Amino acid sequence: MKPAPFEYVRPRTVQEAVDALTEHADAKVLAGGQSLIPLLSMRLASPATLVDLNRIEELAYVRTDHAGVRIGALARHAQVQRDDAAASRQPLLRRALALVAHPTIRNRGTTVGSIAHADPAAEMPAVLALLGGTVTARSTGGERDIAAADFFVGPLESALRPDELATEAWVPALPSRSGVAIRELSRRHGDYALVGVAAMITLQGDGLTAGGATVASARAAYFSIGDTPVVLDLTDAAEPGDWTAAAERATAAVEPESDIHASADYRRHLVGVLTRQALAAAHDEAKLSGTHRLWAQHVPDNSEDAGDHG
Amino acid sequence: MAEPRHQIRLRVNGAAYDVDVPARRLLSDVLRHDLELTGTHVGCEHGVCGACTVLLDGDPVRSCLTLAVSVDGQEITTVEGLTGADGELGPVQQAFKDCHGLQCGFCTPGFLTTITAGLRDNPEPTRDEAREMIGGNLCRCTGYQNIVSAVLRAAELSRPEGGTP
Repeated sequence: MKPAPFEYVRPRTVQEAVDALTEHADAKVLAGGQSLIPLLSMRLASPATLVDLNRIEELAYVRTDHAGVRIGALARHAQVQRDDAAASRQPLLRRALALVAHPTIRNRGTTVGSIAHADPAAEMPAVLALLGGTVTARSTGGERDIAAADFFVGPLESALRPDELATEAWVPALPSRSGVAIRELSRRHGDYALVGVAAMITLQGDGLTAGGATVASARAAYFSIGDTPVVLDLTDAAEPGDWTAAAERATAAVEPESDIHASADYRRHLVGVLTRQALAAAHDEAKLSGTHRLWAQHVPDNSEDAGDHG
Repeated sequence: MAEPRHQIRLRVNGAAYDVDVPARRLLSDVLRHDLELTGTHVGCEHGVCGACTVLLDGDPVRSCLTLAVSVDGQEITTVEGLTGADGELGPVQQAFKDCHGLQCGFCTPGFLTTITAGLRDNPEPTRDEAREMIGGNLCRCTGYQNIVSAVLRAAELSRPEGGTP
């Protein structure tokens, strides 16, 4: 239960880090290490070189503006979770982070690290996929933004090239008249979920005339259900007040597998139950946000509170 | 070829230690083997049990999921650092004694460090909040009831003399 020897590099800047990734073949990036160090200790991974980001203070930021939330590669889960500006701009971040392991793990683990690790059972990759966020990858050749839809390639496999460093994850702000929710079931509090779902609903229509507001968009992202986060568009099946059709659509669309934690049938069942719960909660929130828009238009939008909390 | 070693300085329970370690040395092993501070226990050694929890710059972290080189220059508090200057028990330790919050004691160092930081952030936890606070620590003896009571008792002991919430 001890890591195999590796060469250790501790860059102080992003530039030094990407240089190190170019110079060293078979290098892994260490941020919080809450997933990587167990893999090293169990010798499931034994990279030749570890590039440690923990001294790159320029990456320890959470920045919120009107468009969304940008999370630097050294921002710990706890830092993102505590950030009030981020939570008000995109409430799903704080809610999802509360389900990521335990507070002690969140003190060290990083949100970008969790996304880059691309564990299909983890919450934050599904959150990024649901919201249509991006990951910024830097190499000595330059920088590119990778859309969430292209980022998750397979279990523990992302679109990052070996010489690329994920420097930032960006999630868009919650659109107006929208609500988000996350539900999961795990054997023990803090464990990986047997199945989890994050959902977002956006309403349209004025809500005052006959028929009221209708669902413009209902989407859900599932974790622990496949090789990557699975995003489903359930808009056509969305019926406020009765989410049975949407749940059935989701149940039919997923292809879960059996393992020691749960059978495929049980996972499929949970997809239905959790889809109903998450859509109902997201819809309730979207309705409230609609009320806010209709009746409280004078309330100032606090989009000017962009702050650097790094 | 000899494995490269790294000279690092850790401040543990207020004292500075210079140690020479390979990069793969876990913080838990530096504490126990190099510094001979064996109060920090290693249970599962992959981040599940919480027995190895120490405070890093005041926040609880798993020392078995932390490379010592990675925390060079930082401040660490282990269970040995929770006693008072005269060696008297700290409030969380005293509460565990009062409430019979331990049986075999193996998991206790991780609980004590976690709860110390938890009460700093939330000095008046409810019973539910106390459960949430210790959610990342496993105990195979007690069934947790007395540990939860100890969290509340420690909150009581930490109040200023005669103070009520």
